[in-house]
Amino acid sequence: MERWLRGWQPFALLVAVLVAAPFVVYPVFLMKALCFALFACAFNLLLGQVGLLSFGHALFFGVAAYAAADVAKMWGLGTLPSVLLATLLSAALGLVVGAIAIRRQGIYFAMITLGLAQMVYFVCLQADSLTGGENGVQAVPRGTLFFGGIDLNGNLPMYFFVLAVFLAGFGVIARATHSPFGEVLRAIREHEPRAISLGYEVNRFKLVAFVLSAALTGMAGATKAFVFQLASLTDVDWQTSGEVVLMTLLGGMGRTYGPIFGAFLIVALESYLADFGGWVAVLRGVIFVVCVLAFRQGIAGTAVAAFKRGVVGAKK
Amino acid sequence: MKRFGVLMVVVALAAVGCKKEEATSATTAPAAAKKSVKIGVLTDMSGLYADLAGPGSVEAAKMAVEDFGGKLGDLPIEVVSADHQNKPDIGSNLARQWMEVDGVDVIVDVPTSSVALAVSELVKQKDKVFLASGPGSTDLTGKACSPNTVHWAYDTYALANGTGKAVVQAGGDTWFFLTADYAFGQALERDTSAVVTASGGKVLGTVKHPLNAPDFSSFLLQAQASKAKIIGLANAGGDTINAIKAAHEFGIAKGGQKLAGLLVFITDIHALGLETAQGLNLTTAYYWDRDDQTRAFAKRFAPKVKDHMPTMVQGGVYASVLHYLKARQALGAANASGAAIVAKMRELPSQDPIFGAGSIRIDGRHVHKMYLYEVKAPAESKGPWDYYKLVREIPAEEAFLPLDKSVCPLVKK
Amino acid sequence: MQALFSQLLVGLINGSFYALLSLGLAIIFGLLNVINFAHGALYTCGAFAAWLLLEYAGVGYWPSLVLAPLLVGLLGVAIERTMLRRLYRVDPLYGLLLTFGMALIIQGAFSLRFGWSGQPYQIPAALQGAMDLGFMVLPYYRAWVVVFSVAVCAVVWFQIERTRLGALLRAATENPTLVRAFGVNVPRMITLTYGLGVALAAVAGVLAAPIYPVRPMMGAEQIIVVFAVVVIGGMGSIFGSIVSGFALGLVEGVTKVVYPQGSNTVVFVLMALVLIFRPAGLFGKAA
Repeated sequence: MERWLRGWQPFALLVAVLVAAPFVVYPVFLMKALCFALFACAFNLLLGQVGLLSFGHALFFGVAAYAAADVAKMWGLGTLPSVLLATLLSAALGLVVGAIAIRRQGIYFAMITLGLAQMVYFVCLQADSLTGGENGVQAVPRGTLFFGGIDLNGNLPMYFFVLAVFLAGFGVIARATHSPFGEVLRAIREHEPRAISLGYEVNRFKLVAFVLSAALTGMAGATKAFVFQLASLTDVDWQTSGEVVLMTLLGGMGRTYGPIFGAFLIVALESYLADFGGWVAVLRGVIFVVCVLAFRQGIAGTAVAAFKRGVVGAKK
Repeated sequence: MKRFGVLMVVVALAAVGCKKEEATSATTAPAAAKKSVKIGVLTDMSGLYADLAGPGSVEAAKMAVEDFGGKLGDLPIEVVSADHQNKPDIGSNLARQWMEVDGVDVIVDVPTSSVALAVSELVKQKDKVFLASGPGSTDLTGKACSPNTVHWAYDTYALANGTGKAVVQAGGDTWFFLTADYAFGQALERDTSAVVTASGGKVLGTVKHPLNAPDFSSFLLQAQASKAKIIGLANAGGDTINAIKAAHEFGIAKGGQKLAGLLVFITDIHALGLETAQGLNLTTAYYWDRDDQTRAFAKRFAPKVKDHMPTMVQGGVYASVLHYLKARQALGAANASGAAIVAKMRELPSQDPIFGAGSIRIDGRHVHKMYLYEVKAPAESKGPWDYYKLVREIPAEEAFLPLDKSVCPLVKK
Repeated sequence: MQALFSQLLVGLINGSFYALLSLGLAIIFGLLNVINFAHGALYTCGAFAAWLLLEYAGVGYWPSLVLAPLLVGLLGVAIERTMLRRLYRVDPLYGLLLTFGMALIIQGAFSLRFGWSGQPYQIPAALQGAMDLGFMVLPYYRAWVVVFSVAVCAVVWFQIERTRLGALLRAATENPTLVRAFGVNVPRMITLTYGLGVALAAVAGVLAAPIYPVRPMMGAEQIIVVFAVVVIGGMGSIFGSIVSGFALGLVEGVTKVVYPQGSNTVVFVLMALVLIFRPAGLFGKAA
């Protein structure tokens, strides 16, 4: 089962579904789900593989959104270059934040990332020439691809752009996960002292993972800014950080495809319950509690375990 | 390798998809057969501005539909609503979904300027109609003006011109601003500063506070330290109430400084109580006890909204929806473009129990009389909601920014 | 100069809330090794409890100061016994996630019932009015906030650090098996400790009700700063969190005069600095 999951068939299946989807479902909803799915997968790289819970990942998501929005609006830079620039910026930011945070583990790491993210939130609130303060950066042009060849104002072309970005990011994460690099990360998560005794420069591996996670989170954030043509304070809010934790937890921590399910489910929930805004908050909390107490493997983990049990049972 | 191949297939499909998109019509809304006329009330249902707009605005829209007859031709008229929670991204997502998927034709209310600016931009892109009676920023009819947007009720210039000028002329010539750090607050501070300086006064300083600030004590202390005669509150709703309460606690008035609430609604006075609020000057377009027509409207409105009197925002929703429906009926076509409907709305003069007679200018500004009131002392009030006494009536031509000073690109110079 | 003193005083008032809240957090973390993300929501519960008691039972401020923490403390005990207890054996990260989920539920429930804007709660009659200090007018109630917080912090600190009960609590975290061998009911102590921490949050809530708007997000607005305070003070140190809480209030006050735009971020900058140069916190024991 595990080996099959690492192969190309599930990936092809995912791509097929996602390519067909916008003709059936409202594309803007799908785009939002894809951006968050990439966000969750990048986050999962840190949580699932290395075991580091960052409670401030929205910092990369939001800052990249602002950067891409500003660069496209003020300098007229194209959509794709803006996303790439924002990704690089996120990586650099990830280096700085990671260097401070990696020194501590477990809960301390979570607290530090939360604190730093909150600091960035307030900086964004103050720096209103760059971020527009409470207004956010509005009227971000969707732009075009391939030097004006494809106009991204229509929802379908934009969707396929977002899909391409998602698949690229997901590809990088999957590659990093199923590689010797990923093995070392998992070793660090399982038993750090042993990894150190084996001679691995543990902090360097953690930092690389952090920077990678930050960069791809930034890519998701920048893309989101173009989808909705808006970058706002909500993107750097700690509630957004909490949401991505929820998506990963629900989908399945440490599973490659898990966070995708988590993201789609949560975005769908919010969309469906938009009229009952108050209930969404309560429901999020309930899902958190239920997952932590009884459903720690998440959707993907539980599904795989059930499948294995089924197969083993059948084989008997 | 296989993954790369799949990626290439996706890119190819993307190219095909784009060609397909160009082939179909420009609008993304399912324009097929229009089954109804949908009015979307996008408002703040449970937060800072819920009392001055919120569920009351929804009721006002429904009342307008009722008074119009419930149908446009043989199409039924539907009112839908949603909570934008004062956040631009939530508001613009809701607006987009309404226009692209749910077939909403006109969006009304939106009591938060940052959300309103985002919605106005989207509405222009989709060629629908936006009737903004909630927000205050003059940018909606200034640099961000649009042929699809009409700005009702009030704006920051009208408030600055009414309250600001009156306060300066009464002797309040040095000011310190407490500003809500978003489009509305910034616009209000900018416009009032201009009036203060033009009238011979001075602005000694400002401090910006985040929307929904929990504690105003440190900001008020800064205002106190400035020794300005007037502390201008460039904020609204819950923020204004909390600032006034804190000022009361810290004895600001005893120090000789006066508060100027630049945007105050009757629901705020109700929450504060006359004891705290007496003497406040405020500018508004609608007071329920002004004349027989306004009283009649209020009588119908109040029982639907916990016996609260309507504010000018809620009244504005009623008036704008009514005028919109009249214009659409006059136009006749079932699928008229937003800009065409607004053009018709400009052609027809408006008349309603809220604002009386009014008209819409080329920049989208609805002009009508404004009124300067003072809050009564507890002894002067004869009962609940009897809060204001009239100081001055401001004629329509004076109340709003003159067209020749406008920065709106639609205004031909 | 006047401006500095007045902002410092206001800062001290804010610091009182930071101190009370971080005290509760530090107790729960120091003795239970659980990051109580629900702390802010329980502070909100305390404020709402006071409001509800007044609105529906006519119970005024003074009895609420005792009653509300009791009620909310019971809620804390219930949470610990039914849910938190199951997570002691797994990664402490799950405890954090559980309390985070609880916070969302509590906040969401309040906002459903009461909306996002604030409920009014009057300053108790005995404390209305203000005194003129020359450089500023200080409302009596706000002075009371400082006095009461210092008193509560002092009493709790004394109980934990200087009495036999406190020693038992501290020993139970370090070596529960040994303490249990002495015949002490360790699980019950842990439950009561969580209840105490929660009650402290609730008391801060009652204290806040007359001056801060009583609304569902009031806890969320404070909680992250409080986390930073606890990190700065040293995550297990009771004394550290009290001192850091008050100190931070003062630092914020100074920042508001010298560089107002930085007043929101100064605590996090300090936290980052402490983590770089003294990772265990100012008063913490090296991990």
